[in-house]
Amino acid sequence: MKKLWRYLPALPALMLSGCTVDLLQPRGPVAELNRDVMVAEFVIMMLIVVPTCAATLYFAWKYRASNKEAEYLPTWDHSTVIEYVIWGVPAILIAVLGAISWWSTHAYDPYRPLQTADNVKPLNVQVVSLDWKWMFIYPDLGIATINQLDVPTNTPLNFQITSDTVMTSFFIPRLGSMIYAMPGQQTQLHLLANESGDYLGEASQFSGRGFSDMKFRTLAMDPAQFNDWVEKVKSGSENLDDTTYPKYAAPQEAAPVQYFAHVQPDLFDGIVAKYNNGMMVDKTTGKVMHMQSASNAAPSDTGMKE
Amino acid sequence: MAHEATMSPLAHADDHHGEHHETPNVFGFWLYLMTDCILFGSIFAAFAVLRNQFAGGPSGKELFDLTNVGIETAILLFSSITYGFASLNAMAKNKTMVLLWLAVTFVLGASFVGLELNEFSSMIAEGNGPDRSAFLSAFFTLVGTHGLHVTCGLIWMVVLMVQMMGPQDLSERMMNKLTCLSLFWHFLDIVWICVFSFVYLAGVM
Amino acid sequence: MLGKLSFSAIPLDVPILVGTFLGVAVIGLAVLGAVTYYGKWGYLWREWLTTVDHKRLAVMYVILAIVMLFRGFADAIMMRTQLALAYKGNPGYLPPHHYDQIFSAHGTIMIFFMAMAFMTGLLNLVVPLQIGARDVAFPFLNSLSFYMTLVGALLINISLFIGEFAQCGWLVYPPLSEMQFSPGVGVDYYIWAVQISGVGTLLTGVNFFTTIVKMRAPGMGWMQMPVFTWTAFCTTVLIMVSFPVLTVTLALLSLDRYLGMHFFTNDAGGNVMLYLSMIWTWGHPEVYILVIPAFGVFSEVTATFSQKPLFGYKTMVYATCSIMVLSFVVWVHHFFTMGAGANVNTFFGIMTMIIAVPTGVKIYNWLFTMYKGRVEFTAPMYWTIGFMITFSIGGMTGVMMAMPAADWILHNSLFLIAHFHNVIIGGVYFGYIAGMGFWFPKAFGFKLNEAWGKRAFWCWFIGFYLAFVPLYILGLEGMTRRMNHYDNPDWYPWMLVAEAGAIVIACGIACQLTQLYVSIRDRNLPENLDLTGDPWNGRTLEWAISSPPPAYNFAVIPDIHGLDTFHTEKQLGLKAHGKPLAPIHMPKNTSAGVFIGLFAFLFGFASIWYIWWLAAISLIGIVATMILRSANRDVDYYVPVSEIEHNEEVYSRRIAAAQAAE
Repeated sequence: MKKLWRYLPALPALMLSGCTVDLLQPRGPVAELNRDVMVAEFVIMMLIVVPTCAATLYFAWKYRASNKEAEYLPTWDHSTVIEYVIWGVPAILIAVLGAISWWSTHAYDPYRPLQTADNVKPLNVQVVSLDWKWMFIYPDLGIATINQLDVPTNTPLNFQITSDTVMTSFFIPRLGSMIYAMPGQQTQLHLLANESGDYLGEASQFSGRGFSDMKFRTLAMDPAQFNDWVEKVKSGSENLDDTTYPKYAAPQEAAPVQYFAHVQPDLFDGIVAKYNNGMMVDKTTGKVMHMQSASNAAPSDTGMKE
Repeated sequence: MAHEATMSPLAHADDHHGEHHETPNVFGFWLYLMTDCILFGSIFAAFAVLRNQFAGGPSGKELFDLTNVGIETAILLFSSITYGFASLNAMAKNKTMVLLWLAVTFVLGASFVGLELNEFSSMIAEGNGPDRSAFLSAFFTLVGTHGLHVTCGLIWMVVLMVQMMGPQDLSERMMNKLTCLSLFWHFLDIVWICVFSFVYLAGVM
Repeated sequence: MLGKLSFSAIPLDVPILVGTFLGVAVIGLAVLGAVTYYGKWGYLWREWLTTVDHKRLAVMYVILAIVMLFRGFADAIMMRTQLALAYKGNPGYLPPHHYDQIFSAHGTIMIFFMAMAFMTGLLNLVVPLQIGARDVAFPFLNSLSFYMTLVGALLINISLFIGEFAQCGWLVYPPLSEMQFSPGVGVDYYIWAVQISGVGTLLTGVNFFTTIVKMRAPGMGWMQMPVFTWTAFCTTVLIMVSFPVLTVTLALLSLDRYLGMHFFTNDAGGNVMLYLSMIWTWGHPEVYILVIPAFGVFSEVTATFSQKPLFGYKTMVYATCSIMVLSFVVWVHHFFTMGAGANVNTFFGIMTMIIAVPTGVKIYNWLFTMYKGRVEFTAPMYWTIGFMITFSIGGMTGVMMAMPAADWILHNSLFLIAHFHNVIIGGVYFGYIAGMGFWFPKAFGFKLNEAWGKRAFWCWFIGFYLAFVPLYILGLEGMTRRMNHYDNPDWYPWMLVAEAGAIVIACGIACQLTQLYVSIRDRNLPENLDLTGDPWNGRTLEWAISSPPPAYNFAVIPDIHGLDTFHTEKQLGLKAHGKPLAPIHMPKNTSAGVFIGLFAFLFGFASIWYIWWLAAISLIGIVATMILRSANRDVDYYVPVSEIEHNEEVYSRRIAAAQAAE
């Protein structure tokens, strides 16, 4: 018991000595905040957990029945001072953590757009979670990919996320915060990669048979390289529109990477609208639009899920 | 769920504790009603979330016939009064009158269920069944759960009436059962008032 | 005629299942054969199956819990083995279809049929004895609750051999659990098993709440109630408030599946977020339903074995009650990643952290109970100290995830898995096992073997850290839960360590079985026999009567003058038995619970397989049995004074014998 205990404070160091500990080695400001908050909490909690565990072992050993030298107070069961301390100290710690919680939750709310110092224009990416693969649509560039997310470094990334199957969760551990992908809903996430690299992207919410292979590579590269990549994709011939979409959206395990040179502009909106009786809220204007392409149901219903 | 007839007739706790006057049966049944209250509360919450999800189907405004629902409400409220008469007569140990008033209550309750089934079947016949939209799913479930409770209450009422038919007087045990059923019956009335206000009235407004 | 059921539902093509079936069949036949051979059917039926005695129901609950522990643990070690193999292109030995059923069944079984059954068993054994009652408020309902739990457990295990189990996690999140994505019977098995046992749990809640409120011995005010009873009280409140929500949530899901409704479907306006909110409105209180009685056990164990009253009794009660209330305002922390606003997330995050305060206070209360005491290192005390350390760490990781900004990266990772096993094993399981060791002599009249108990503890304690510290690290390395295979080389070594941990835990379970065997074998050795009914120099009322207690528990209902009256009177040398004996009014055994259980089983099975005629018949059977039961007037009897006198005399002789032996 004691031996294991000695290792526990060294746990973070032990873990860092491994190859990649994604959550402790962030590659973006959001992930850095996630990590800092987590580590700060760990340290603050350790201030109380370590003495508590130590006291437990020490008291148990010192007041063991065979130690007749230790003081024995067979009726002692109350001390106002101790009670104040044991309510007070945890309460103060929790107040501190609560303040950190308030600040961090607001500062890096996944829905809050990021800004760089030099006001780089953000890149919009629409994410569709499918059985069991990820589709990334770059609406401003008119291209799309499956199972590979290429992004320029030091550029705010605005993700609009939905699902065309069950609920799942969009997560790039080294860039930070995850957010659910839900059919008929658009969730948002704002990330930024400040170093180029090849990062793991995952689905973190179980979604059925092919879940384990539902992952993608996130390739962060400097903007010039990214532009080259965009040109390369555009030079391809695959089209993604209402007619070809069902083929690519069909369930598939361990789907290969695919590029699409052209994407129908309202494809993403149509996917969301499909589950909303053909209605779609434009996030920027807040206007309700009717998507012809998605549904042929009568537009008598304005009950929106968002 | 609603078969409280299973509540043990044993009130043996009272034998030992002079200070407890109430039997645990009624107290236990009261607790059960509180849990039932939470059950209805959850369904109300689901209804509140889904009340505007018409999915292109009809809304409450197009579906509800307030006259019909008004009659249902009147019948159910009146059945609470008749049950009250049964309770009063039970306290006076007038068994015949208890049976009579219970019979009246039963008829009223059964007409309520009948009207409700009629409403349901005509909606389903028009293609507006519970599988039409989330709103209708929640509507049928909420109103149907209440209806199911009333039906259970009716079965329970019949069982008690049959048990009372014999020559013996109203026993302490039977009085407890009548009290439990009366709590149940009045409780269903209160739930119905909520259904009427939040589902029908708010749906039509 | 048979609905969806056909021969193809029997998975003859899966060798693991065929082997399991043969094993279960052999053990089952051996048990049945032994009962027949020794002619024990009549005894079993009269004394156990139809019993309404809370002590016997307690024993049956705990046996069920232990059997379910085997099943749940078999699932666990299969998952660990799969992940120790399925690396870099190796598919492992469990294809997703099978693996997904295993992790769903593991969670469902461990929570609903291991932990809940164990908890209910402890409540049954201890609460009436601690408050000086002769039985619970509704003895028949108590028997019915047990059969409902048993039926749920049976259904879930039958899914192994007929059909399949759910493949969408232990809380069957829609839309994955909807007909569109899970057309098989797996989710239906889940729904009916949990619904039926949930009815039993709800009845238990009502029953024990009434018992505690209405049947305390004279003089026992609220603040004279033993701490375990207080925790039982808080748990019953949580059960009564949260289980109806579970009932509704699963009922809505079944309406979606059976009648094509649209509560949680993708189309026609269904809303997944509604399900998440509802299931966690039940789900978060549920973990406190499990852990609060464990806190009660630790309080009793620490006080008794430190030979001191519990430090800060009032604080303990207030802390327990505040945890009870707070557990209802934290559910959103299960989905900080759903995109709720920052204010909502912060509120629920801070509420969650606040729970750490009363929980921490409890740890300190136990700490100061040991302080200046005389701590006897019995096996239950080992589990308690192991708990205090493990639970502190689990609490710490819990607070870490309560911070939304940290949860955004830890959610759904193996870090989360490690956290809740940290609190469920370190808190709930350690607590129940400590409680089992503590109250075992009360139930059976002899003690559990200490040496094997301590070996079991060390295996569990070390095995736990070996199995779950790697999962914390894997979580930080970005590995999500419920993966079937992977190819990240950094993860592989940790998976091997976790597998080793699971094997050490298996040794712990083997030690516990050995402990049971050795204890039963050596039960008549003088050092094991509990003649006095008070083997640990206990403080509360259950130790004032013989072990095992007579069916009526107390020959004379004791008068209570304060907290730990029994202990005070023992110190002063007072004897509680002053009042004259009187005939005792007791409930008769009844077979109604067995029959309702049987019909409920048929009803559940028929509903799962769409055999509607059978469902209708069994529903009528349930109602008819209840009506018959309610019409039955022959439900009670009086224990004559002569029999009580005889029992008391035997008990006095045993005490005298024990004193002579000293």
